[in-house]
Amino acid sequence: MAPLSSYFAFPEWLNMLTAFLIGIGFGFALEQAGFSSSRKLAGMFYGYDTTVIKVFFTAAIVALIGSQFLSYFGLLNLNQVYVNEFYVTASIVGGVIMGAGFIMGGFCPGTGLCAMSIGKIDAMAFVAGGFAGAFLFTETYPLIEGMANARYKGPVKINESLGLSPGLFTLILVAAAVAMFWIAELAEKKFARPEITNDLK
Amino acid sequence: MKRSYMNPYLAGILLGIVLLTAMVVSGRGLGASGGYKYCVVSIVGAVDPPHVENSEYYSKYFENGKKPLTNWLTLEIFGVVAGGFISGAVSGRLKLKVEKSPKISVTRRLIFAFLGGVLFVYGGQLARGCTSGAALSGMAVLSLAGFVTMIAIFGSAYVFAWIFRKNWI
Repeated sequence: MAPLSSYFAFPEWLNMLTAFLIGIGFGFALEQAGFSSSRKLAGMFYGYDTTVIKVFFTAAIVALIGSQFLSYFGLLNLNQVYVNEFYVTASIVGGVIMGAGFIMGGFCPGTGLCAMSIGKIDAMAFVAGGFAGAFLFTETYPLIEGMANARYKGPVKINESLGLSPGLFTLILVAAAVAMFWIAELAEKKFARPEITNDLK
Repeated sequence: MKRSYMNPYLAGILLGIVLLTAMVVSGRGLGASGGYKYCVVSIVGAVDPPHVENSEYYSKYFENGKKPLTNWLTLEIFGVVAGGFISGAVSGRLKLKVEKSPKISVTRRLIFAFLGGVLFVYGGQLARGCTSGAALSGMAVLSLAGFVTMIAIFGSAYVFAWIFRKNWI
C-alpha cells in the first residue's frame, strides 16, 4: 500500500506538510549526530573522528533493510520509490567536485543548513556559497549540458548490474559496513588528536 | 546545559528511520542540494521573469503554473533548518560562532566555507544529488548512481584533505 502519498492520493498541502516534518526529523538527526560541527565532519578525512562513516552507513543500512522487509511483506511497493538515474560522467565529475567542496567547506549541503540553524557562522557562509553554486549551475548549464547528460544508463540498481539478488547484496553491504566500522574505531585511536576532539565535546 | 552528541550508531539508526519514513510516506529519499536550487530558481523567477521565460533550463520549473517554492525538497530543507534548531535548543548548543582550527584566521575559514558551498552544490546539481540525495538515499534504494557518487565524493575528499590539511589539522 505504501508509498502512502500515492496510495491515498495526498493533496498538495499534505505533501508539503509531510516534506516539512520529514525535514525536521532529518535536521534533528544530523544535529544530534554532531554533523553541525565542521571540525567533527572533517575528522573523517584525517582519521581523528569517524562519526561520518558510522552514521552514514548505519542510516543507509537501516533504510535499506527496512524497505526490503516492508516490500517482502507487501507493505511497500519499491517500484514506486524513486531510484536515482545513472549519468556515468556526471556522477563521477560531480562527485569529485563535491569532494573538493566537502574539504574546503567542511560541510555538505544538508549538514550546512543544520549547522547554520544552531548559529555556526561558517555554515552561513557555506549556505550562501551553496546558493551561489546553484545559481552558477543554472546559468552555466547550457555550456555543460553535453557532459551532464553523457553516458546515460537509466535508474540502474547495483545488485542487478552485479547479477545478485537485493537480499544477498544487502547482506554483503552489511558485512562490509561492519568491517569499515571496525577499521574506523581503530583509526580513531591511531590518528587521535585530543587537542581537536576535546574542543568538540 | 550543553549535552554531548548522540552515540553515532544510534544517530545513524534515527537518520535511517527518517529516510525510511520518507520512502514509505512520500516514495522518495532525502535531499538537500536540490532544495538550494529550487530556492534560487524561485528568486530568479521573482527578480527577472523574462530571463526565466527565455531559458530552457529555468522555464521548466514554472511550466503549467508550477511554483518552485512549493516543492517537496524546498519544504524539506526548511524543515532541516527547523529540526537542527530544535536539536540545538534541547541540547544547549545554540551559539553564534565561527568554528575553525585555531591555526587559521576567521577570514580564511569563511572564504573557504563559501567556496566549498559553491562547489558542493554545483557538483551536486551535476550529479543529480549530493551526499543526501545521491549517496545516502541512493544507497538505500540500491541505486548504482548512488554508490558511484558516494565513492567519488569520499574517495576524492581524501585527496583534497591532504592538499588542504593546513585548514584543519
